[in-house]
Amino acid sequence: MDKDILLKVSGLRAKVENKEILRGIDLEIHPGEVHAIMGPNGSGKSTLSGVLAGDPAYTVTGGSAIFHGINLLELSPEDRSHEGLFLSFQYPVEIPGVSMVNFMRAAVNAKREYFHEAPLSAGEFLKLMRAKRAIVELDNKLASRSVNEGFSGGEKKRNEIFQMAVLEPRLAILDETDSGLDIDALRVVAGGVNKLKTDRNATIVITHYQRLLDYIKPDFVHVLYKGRIVRTGGPELALELEERGYDWIKELEDNK
Amino acid sequence: MSSLTQYTDLYRQTAAKIDANSAPVLNALRPAALEALDRAGRLPLPSDEGFEKTSIEEMYAPDFGLNPDRLPIEADIAATFRCDVPNLSTLLALVVNDRFVPTSTLIKNLPEGVTVCSLREAALNHPDLVAKYYGRLAPLDVPGVALNTLLCQEGVFIHVGAGVRLHKPLQLVNIFSARFPFMAPRRILLVAEDGAEVQLLKCDHTQTPGVKYLSSEVVEIYAGAGARIGWYDLEESSAETARYSQFYLRQERDSHFDSCTATLCNGSTRNEYNIDVVGNGCHTLLAGMAIGTGSQHVDNNSQLTHRSEHSSSRQLFKYVLDDRATGAFEGSIEVAHGARFTEAYQSNRNILASRDARMHTKPQLLIYNDDVKCSHGATTGQLDAEALFYMQTRGIPMKEARRMLMQAFLVDVIDAISLEQLRDRLRHMVENRFSGDHTTCTTCRNNPASKI
Repeated sequence: MDKDILLKVSGLRAKVENKEILRGIDLEIHPGEVHAIMGPNGSGKSTLSGVLAGDPAYTVTGGSAIFHGINLLELSPEDRSHEGLFLSFQYPVEIPGVSMVNFMRAAVNAKREYFHEAPLSAGEFLKLMRAKRAIVELDNKLASRSVNEGFSGGEKKRNEIFQMAVLEPRLAILDETDSGLDIDALRVVAGGVNKLKTDRNATIVITHYQRLLDYIKPDFVHVLYKGRIVRTGGPELALELEERGYDWIKELEDNK
Repeated sequence: MSSLTQYTDLYRQTAAKIDANSAPVLNALRPAALEALDRAGRLPLPSDEGFEKTSIEEMYAPDFGLNPDRLPIEADIAATFRCDVPNLSTLLALVVNDRFVPTSTLIKNLPEGVTVCSLREAALNHPDLVAKYYGRLAPLDVPGVALNTLLCQEGVFIHVGAGVRLHKPLQLVNIFSARFPFMAPRRILLVAEDGAEVQLLKCDHTQTPGVKYLSSEVVEIYAGAGARIGWYDLEESSAETARYSQFYLRQERDSHFDSCTATLCNGSTRNEYNIDVVGNGCHTLLAGMAIGTGSQHVDNNSQLTHRSEHSSSRQLFKYVLDDRATGAFEGSIEVAHGARFTEAYQSNRNILASRDARMHTKPQLLIYNDDVKCSHGATTGQLDAEALFYMQTRGIPMKEARRMLMQAFLVDVIDAISLEQLRDRLRHMVENRFSGDHTTCTTCRNNPASKI
């Protein structure tokens, strides 16, 4: 197989409670690329990210997803994470009673265990946290708080990117990371994502609006509609969507 | 035939020995206890109200041995010191089966105005003092109390004089040690006179795995005016252990009572709390947690009565039940006529971590008065699926994610404990419990036995 393919999704179909949401997705991602997936509400954007991350709410009914040579769909969500997949949640989950520190230590050491490495010492771990926090200007005070509990919308999203920085994924999926962010928070979050970008990893940016793409420049823009990618183009496609909305695409597709 | 019969028969055969190895004040209540048991004819069954999920008859059914002759029984005392709470220096005493064993540090360090000794000894040396309190709160028409009163020979007596503040917590380690099925009638009488302050940490352990034990425990606590009492009760017994604990507390004006009962490992446990708030301005905290795996059974039953004004009480019981574990909680708050400006809250929250775990909950509130603030509530649910998935996407394996959520669920019960070092210790014990250690006190089981 082509070693340069990071993720190859072919004919992926998935349903939730007997309703088919994804109806044959094809997508190929190479290291160093940024892909934007856009589309109107209900087109299946969040389902696609959930299916790739292994959300048990969805059932895969067909197709495949090969992640650097590994059959992604056979892995548990935690093993997908270890193998280098990261999902930034549209709505990060609050976990009362679990401190950020314990949460991150468990995450970091689980990954190390997966690769047969010894757990980090307390000192090494704190050093890692400090270094990664700086990337998204995340307040140290949040470390002792429960995961996402009482975090502002901006803090929650910065916390997602902080976790991404710690886990160093090969492929990050950012699901509506711009939702609920003011312009300053957006700049910080996007800045964090750009700092983490290398020519060896890749990013999928799922967004409804073009706004985020001013900060995270995509190489490819895909339009998802009714569970299929109906159009793929360069950054100019996002601008066109911003200008013309989605109705023209809906019309074109519905009249096919 | 009721399982009660074997005990009343035993009593009839050995009454002389039981009396001879006890004290007149304790013996004085036995005839009335026997009469009450004969009248009752049996122990509570699930058909009795309040016992829907726990059969006391069944708990007492095995052919348990007792020790009316007070023969010495081997127990590993050295190991129990390991159960000590780190960074928390305590005044330690042991109860091996039903035998009180003080340590030399306890005897040396007890401040003036504080008595900690066997109830038998207290009853022999201070018969008037013991007679004034013994058996006054725990009524004989309750079969469990009557049976305990019938068979109890030794017990523990704690007396803190007026205005005396005990800075170090007392620690009472209950240990079961026998080679055949064994029952211990345990009894604690704690009197905190006006303005006294005492904290008691009690933990239940068992030695010799595989042996069936039954702990029949009656606790009577008097909180004098302005007294402050902390009561922390940790159970780390075995799957073969049954515990029937009946707790009676009377609070005089401005007294504070803080408690936490944690059932970490057990077989079948029934805890009853009877709290009578008779004085104005009292504060009561009743916290509890239960962690059940395998086929553990934990039943907490609280009856709290506010008879006075301007008092507050808070009850918080949380259960995490996995495998086939079963739990029950029944709690009632009664705000009596005239108990104005009472604040009383009760909450029972539970997580069922498996399909087969079961929880039965029945919160009750009886208010015979205006001008009160009261609430009660119960919830039973599963672990948050969204939180589990979120943790998994960060690489935390499902099993560990579940463990972390279960632990997190119990955090507020631990936080309710006022002894900081005990909070740390309990957090650690809960963590160990969830990571699969059957009991944190492995030393209790592994050390070679030393004779006492």
